Amino acid sequence: MTTTTTTALPELTTDDLSRYSRHLILPEVGMEGQQKIKAARVLCVGTGGLGSPLALYLTAAGVGTLGLVDFDVVDSSNLQRQIIHSTRDIGRKKIDSAEEKLSALNPAINIVKHETMLSSANALEIIKDYDIVADGTDNFPTRYLVNDACVLLGKPNVYGSIFRFEGQASVFATETGPCYRCLYPEPPPPGLVPSCAEGGVLGILPGLVGVIQATEVIKLILGKGQSLVGRLLLVDALNMRFRELKLRKNPECPVCGQNPTVTQLIDYQQFCGIVPDTPQEKDVKNGIPQLSVKELKRRIDAGEDTYILDVREPYEYKIAQIGGVLIPQNDVPNRLAEIPRDREIVVQCRSGVRSQRIAELLKQAGYPRVVNLAGGILAWADEIDPSVQKY
Amino acid sequence: MTIFIPTPLRPYAGGQDTVEVAAATVGESLQALTLAHPDLRNHLFTGEGKLRAFVNLYLNDEDVRYLPGKEATAVTAADTLSIIPSIAGGA
Repeated sequence: MTTTTTTALPELTTDDLSRYSRHLILPEVGMEGQQKIKAARVLCVGTGGLGSPLALYLTAAGVGTLGLVDFDVVDSSNLQRQIIHSTRDIGRKKIDSAEEKLSALNPAINIVKHETMLSSANALEIIKDYDIVADGTDNFPTRYLVNDACVLLGKPNVYGSIFRFEGQASVFATETGPCYRCLYPEPPPPGLVPSCAEGGVLGILPGLVGVIQATEVIKLILGKGQSLVGRLLLVDALNMRFRELKLRKNPECPVCGQNPTVTQLIDYQQFCGIVPDTPQEKDVKNGIPQLSVKELKRRIDAGEDTYILDVREPYEYKIAQIGGVLIPQNDVPNRLAEIPRDREIVVQCRSGVRSQRIAELLKQAGYPRVVNLAGGILAWADEIDPSVQKY
Repeated sequence: MTIFIPTPLRPYAGGQDTVEVAAATVGESLQALTLAHPDLRNHLFTGEGKLRAFVNLYLNDEDVRYLPGKEATAVTAADTLSIIPSIAGGA
């Protein structure tokens, strides 16, 4: 695949010849290849775990225009894996922190900052100016959004995804290859697959997978080698095993198939079953009342009957706890006998996601009064007791 | 045959990353798997016993959806079945 016509390739400067000398002597790159890299326009969606190594290596390699999409700010819990950001960047916009590192690494690169959350309203407008998209996002709605936008615009989508010790990589949405929806026609229901924030991730893993993505981007630009089009690479970092599976283009794919039914971007939150919180629903989610940490504090101070069920793991409990009874989420179904039915149960976890799921489970199991502690122990540390260790 | 259990489903399979089962077809191997680990059933199948749409199954490196026999495809002890989960992490 070529991303630019050879006639329009930019000249290499004297600085370029020196900087990229190890590329220039590779027969697969050479002068023309390096010129193609210089002419290329690549969009990195996200400057987090995957986006950090992606952006750093693409900048080092001399990709002429690198777009960055991010709206987040650097948090200390990012630094275990998001190597583009430093300790002194905590609290800064990720996109500014990333730009600074990238410009220091290679001042000749044109960094384009898109400080926004990619959405159905802006995705086509942002992506249309790029040749290749590298998807380093962290949620299902954005995965489907990036895929569909790439298919609609005919831009290759270099995909990487991680969870705990496990990673996936592929190249989607090329002219002849499958897309993300050919592999995953439907998203899992919300809450079934934990996010890295809930389930954890080995800090090195996004480095491994992001570098695979960067490699695929460069190969697509060069038009050399065998890309991951039509193959899903599975990375198991714990056993250090790489496997690959064949991916096929689904002729009935709703977006890239023969008779597509998705011809414009849709509401991806809704597609993924995520119901937006309306003001009334903020207090009740899926039938579970949401208790604020302030209200819990008030109840404890007033000496009201309060049974807190902490559904985190024992090692989390060791880091911080707020006086709950510890029953890890996976043990709850087998230990219902220990949870009183005649008291109100306040289910609590780290951020309020796992506890919501367990609260729903308890309600289904017939518990008459179950509430979820909104924001979990993190909200408690933020709003009630800063001496509670955040993690 | 060997069934590879992906990380998100390991808590429901006793923490194991692979499970050995004896079966003649893909479908039978899943039955054997969920018999040994009942907690997996709800994650793999709908209430009506149909495989969930977001669960991808690969016999060796081939998508079971594209095999002519689909879940009735015969398997041997040397085959591997991979359950490929949707994962979305990246930040």
